[in-house]
Amino acid sequence: MADPEIKSYEPLHESRSAAVTESRPVRITLTIVTLVFLGVFLLLPLIIVFKEAFAKGVGAYFQSLGDADTSSAIRLTLLVAAISVPLNLVFGLSAAWAIAKFEFKGKAFLTTLIDLPFSVSPVISGLVYVLLFGAQGLLGAWLKAHGIQILFAVPGIVLATVFVTFPFVARELIPLMQEQGNGDEEAALSLGASGWQAFWHVTLPNIKWGLLYGVLLCNARAMGEFGAVSVVSGHIRGLTNTMPLHVEILYNEYNAVGAFAVASLLAGLALVTLVLKTLLEMRYGAELAATRGH
Amino acid sequence: MEVRVVNVRKEFERFPALHDVSLDIRSGELIALLGPSGSGKTTLLRLIAGLERPTKGAIFFGEEDASQKSIQERNVGFVFQHYALFRHMTVADNIGFGLKVRHGAARPPAQEIRRRALELLDLVQLSGLEKRYPAQLSGGQRQRVALARAMAIEPKVLLLDEPFGALDAQVRRELRRWLREIHDRTGHTTVFVTHDQEEALELADRVVVMSQGRIEQVGTADDIYDTPNSPFVYSFIGESSSLPVKVENGEVWIADRPIGLQAPHAPSGEAVLYFRPHDVDLLDGCSGCIAGTVAASRRVAGTRRVELEVGGERQRVEIELPVDHPAAQKSRVAFRPRRWKLFPAA
Repeated sequence: MADPEIKSYEPLHESRSAAVTESRPVRITLTIVTLVFLGVFLLLPLIIVFKEAFAKGVGAYFQSLGDADTSSAIRLTLLVAAISVPLNLVFGLSAAWAIAKFEFKGKAFLTTLIDLPFSVSPVISGLVYVLLFGAQGLLGAWLKAHGIQILFAVPGIVLATVFVTFPFVARELIPLMQEQGNGDEEAALSLGASGWQAFWHVTLPNIKWGLLYGVLLCNARAMGEFGAVSVVSGHIRGLTNTMPLHVEILYNEYNAVGAFAVASLLAGLALVTLVLKTLLEMRYGAELAATRGH
Repeated sequence: MEVRVVNVRKEFERFPALHDVSLDIRSGELIALLGPSGSGKTTLLRLIAGLERPTKGAIFFGEEDASQKSIQERNVGFVFQHYALFRHMTVADNIGFGLKVRHGAARPPAQEIRRRALELLDLVQLSGLEKRYPAQLSGGQRQRVALARAMAIEPKVLLLDEPFGALDAQVRRELRRWLREIHDRTGHTTVFVTHDQEEALELADRVVVMSQGRIEQVGTADDIYDTPNSPFVYSFIGESSSLPVKVENGEVWIADRPIGLQAPHAPSGEAVLYFRPHDVDLLDGCSGCIAGTVAASRRVAGTRRVELEVGGERQRVEIELPVDHPAAQKSRVAFRPRRWKLFPAA
């Protein structure tokens, strides 16, 4: 019986797991429950999306993607993401900078406020803009008088998307920047760097992976957002339909191949995001460790 | 560069960290700010650097009032406690950073920056490590890179915050000697903060002892150790023993007997007697001495520490005896401090 002796030389987590772990049947049961759950609720829908998309062959798939309204929805989604992601990058960076590096009154309140879009239903987020910019809304009359169209147009969609995706970058950066503190920036300033140089040469490189991670999540949500956008878009085909909205319309018209073809693009985006996210976590796990909660 | 701190007060959110501190630092001097945590030593260093602004008072670099200048304009070399090396830059890029961020004509060409970085790397004895990243260096090596980086901008003053705080004892001693050598070679006016008195006394030309936001005493290691000017300095620097005494007609009394110490200038009344445990004369008889019952005896390295109970109140006091001294075996020991000082009773 020399086996137990040899085992004690294995890595720490191995030997410790012996004391902590559950019995074999329990482990197997837990694993099966998890796998079944993941299979039914995540993997199966994903497979069905692609199966339905290609139900009538590859030709039909690409034909439905080439449809004028569909390609306009794709273009609109890309446009909205291209506007709202950079905006939130700047907003998120400024907010994180302010919260992590300075002490001021109402800081805790601001931190809570940043999380608001996460805690509020996206439909409500959209509704807020309707109440604000709609014809009967607070600014509606003024906007109409000046010929500015926000609701049921691209600006409204961008605003709703910006609102919903605001927390991603900020939430990613705040803990990271708090952990890093001001030391490096102080060092840069003491060496004669201007505030901008300190930011560009020191702060940004220190947070770049966290920033990228936040942007990635922000982009995924910006392209996939349905609720808030649905309220403000007006569903005008070829004009204010984003991809998620277009999927719904196609589906309601019993155009399964079209709906699932667009859905497959969104699913593909999700997969790419997941892969990139995993790669980032693998490569820069230590630097991202400070960012909890995702 | 001569540095003068004039009546500086610093408050953080109304909480005073420094009360009316004044200090003259001579050009080329190596000076230590020594004190327990919360004494304001790091605050004073950061004020000199320009990382903080004084609430009141001014700081002069030479004849120039530096207190209204930004940290960039002050041109100080600051070495941070945890080095704050830029982790995404190589050692050479770290050292060259201060030159690289200069503008226009003040900015040397890239080759010159590199040459200068290598030269400094040589000065801190780390030649060959220029392509490494901070994460690939040991603590002592990081400390040296941080110093080289601070010196690259040819600072008027070199400021070091707990420079050896994060290192183990062996490396600490080595670097201490090395810092002294560098200072003697380059002649920068250097201020460093430490809570380690051994480090301060050994390394610095003059030591500034601080406590609770005030400067207690400024002087050479000899001044500070031999003639402490306050109970705080007495007890903070080195070992000290104290006894409550009474002064009457220029003579020091414990309870009802004089102990043979003359204090002609001390006011009559209650006082506290301070002395060093090792700085005592042992006496045989006792007419005019401090006598006590041995309460405990400990061997400490090359000496023996004896704890005595003195007087009716059984005040405990420590003295140091040679290991083989016969007095250590006795139950009563009589002694008289050789060097001592009286402070008013608190």
